[in-house]
Amino acid sequence: MLTLVNSPSPDQQNMARDLTEVFYRQMYTIRKVEQNLLDLFAQGYITGTVHTSMGQEACDVGVVNSLDRSKDIIFSNHRAHGQFLAYCDDVEGLIGEIMGKETGVCLGIGGSQHIHRENMYTNGVQGGIVPNAVGAALAEKIKGTGAITVVFLGDGTMGEGVVYESFNIASLWSLPVLFLLIDNGIAQSTPKHLEHAGELETRAMTFAIDSASIEADDVNKVYSTACEVVNKVREHSRPFFLHVKAARLGPHSKGDDTRSKEEIESLKQKDPLLKISESLPVGLRMEIEQKIDVRIQTAVEKAMLASHPGLEQLRRV
Amino acid sequence: MEKDPNAILLGEDILDPYGGAFKVTKGLSTKFPQRVFTTPISEASIAGLTVGMALRGMRPIAEFMFGDFITLAADQIVNHAAKYMGMYGDQMKLPMVLRTPVGGGRGYGPTHSQSLEKMFLGLPMFHILAPSHFVHPGEILVQAISGSYPTLFLENKLLYPEVLKLEQHSGVINRTVHFDEHNYPVVVLSNFPDKRKADIAIVAYGGISRLLGPVLNQLAQEEIWITACLPVSLSPLPIKHIQATTEGIKKILVIEEASPAFGWGSEVSAALYDAHAGQLDGPILRIGAANSVIPASKPLEEKVIVSEEKILSAVFEVMAW
Ligand SMILES: Cc1ncc(C[n+]2csc(CCOP(=O)(O)OP(=O)(O)O)c2C)c(N)n1
Repeated sequence: MLTLVNSPSPDQQNMARDLTEVFYRQMYTIRKVEQNLLDLFAQGYITGTVHTSMGQEACDVGVVNSLDRSKDIIFSNHRAHGQFLAYCDDVEGLIGEIMGKETGVCLGIGGSQHIHRENMYTNGVQGGIVPNAVGAALAEKIKGTGAITVVFLGDGTMGEGVVYESFNIASLWSLPVLFLLIDNGIAQSTPKHLEHAGELETRAMTFAIDSASIEADDVNKVYSTACEVVNKVREHSRPFFLHVKAARLGPHSKGDDTRSKEEIESLKQKDPLLKISESLPVGLRMEIEQKIDVRIQTAVEKAMLASHPGLEQLRRV
Repeated sequence: MEKDPNAILLGEDILDPYGGAFKVTKGLSTKFPQRVFTTPISEASIAGLTVGMALRGMRPIAEFMFGDFITLAADQIVNHAAKYMGMYGDQMKLPMVLRTPVGGGRGYGPTHSQSLEKMFLGLPMFHILAPSHFVHPGEILVQAISGSYPTLFLENKLLYPEVLKLEQHSGVINRTVHFDEHNYPVVVLSNFPDKRKADIAIVAYGGISRLLGPVLNQLAQEEIWITACLPVSLSPLPIKHIQATTEGIKKILVIEEASPAFGWGSEVSAALYDAHAGQLDGPILRIGAANSVIPASKPLEEKVIVSEEKILSAVFEVMAW
């Protein structure tokens, strides 16, 4: 396993301060959008699934910001709201989508788990996006664009065989793809120890894929590690497996948490939003939060008024 | 591959000198070494990579060594290939082709002889093509990969050694070609020269074409007049074109390579009943492989899959109604 050391030089620290502000905006936006979504679900305005990223914002924001948004590609799964917002900040498009309105980023047809904008694609079947991501990486390599592809996986999804086929091919063909495992220790209701024999951290190593493992409590740490890893993937055109330990603070979807109160309380100690908020001046933070609150409120109101998509918006044959 | 630098080939054992289990790709890895990839035995990922490449603007063609192995890619076909074009509310194209040899007759046994198309028929935004030797399969393959849709391309194993029959007249058999909504050929054969109406309409596809030549010849001698319709596209079904050829014919026989239960022939028959209600002389007869495993033992296999004899006896059965 590689050790990734990051020590910003003093003149990088001002920049880091600005970045922290950017990260806070994104993380707060994600958290607030998700809380609104859960409320909207409870009030009956949303049907289907709502897998929130609450607790994983540092990972989503740290990783997505390390990418070159003009060309890099993101594949993700059912729990992708955070990555989507970090990628394109399309609050209206996301809320509209999840409320099933035609103002949604996919006209309300895809819903929470099936989102696409520019170079980001999500799908709701565990594991299946992984070979798609490897195929995308192969395409970009052949085209010579220099783009890398990142694919987000959960620990539960490491039970799918196609993931390992994809590890093998990505390494065999030296493809620029970052396998990004968000290990929150639980899959739906099942703890990791009931799903997996052995460790997840080392799984990709047997395919000769460089791997590293980090905690997702500090967005700056995730970001600098991700930058380093993304550079490696791009420069060497090789896959990399980054294992990020995170906490799922919310339910799996909507309100279906079976974990004890104590367990969730102890996870909240690691809330990355809490950690980053402490590093910002209170005044600035309040200003940021107020603006975002208003923005989200407006987006919700707009989605409430928007129409549902019609049959003519569905493609056939 | 010469014309389009985005055309990529992948599959198991497709490199020269081997050139694929059925040699379809022979020579290509020598000619285009950068664009032909031999893969591990990972069908789900072969399909998955194909989808990912198509999403990113390439035109990938993947070979599945045997059609039976397509089941390993079912999730990619159903939940990925067939979903991306429809679920994002945009006008995305997903040109990709999964090619695979199908069907029995070579003694390969239960897991290497099937025609599994019925598992994927009717999927929205996913096409299934089965060329016969009455069309040019290469041209159809190029058409599919130059188009917009993810496509399953079925190659009947017994058609590989056949000579293409593209003439308008060959002995007593006349061949005309129509084109469906997606511009895929619908071949119409007949075994009589004039404009009379046939006694029986046969609707079939793919490898059945190999049997139809001799069958139509023999029936002509017995003065049983046949119009046979062979659409290349199994799904979506070019039903308007099929109906146009069966219109006015009183007896219909539908033949498929797979076992007929819950299959392509059921769908064709239902659509033809709708179109020709009250105009038919007796029920539409459907035949196909027996609803059993396809045995390895050649003599027994011949009894299970569709043969000339089976088609002939079906024709005589229909004629007797
Ligand atoms: C193939 C497949 N099986 C089951 C599911 C249902 N499901 C959705 S999310 C989930 C848990 C996934 O856990 P994990 O990969 O750890 O991701 P997390 O939810 O923790 O982000 C399950 C079982 C699915 N979507 N796809």
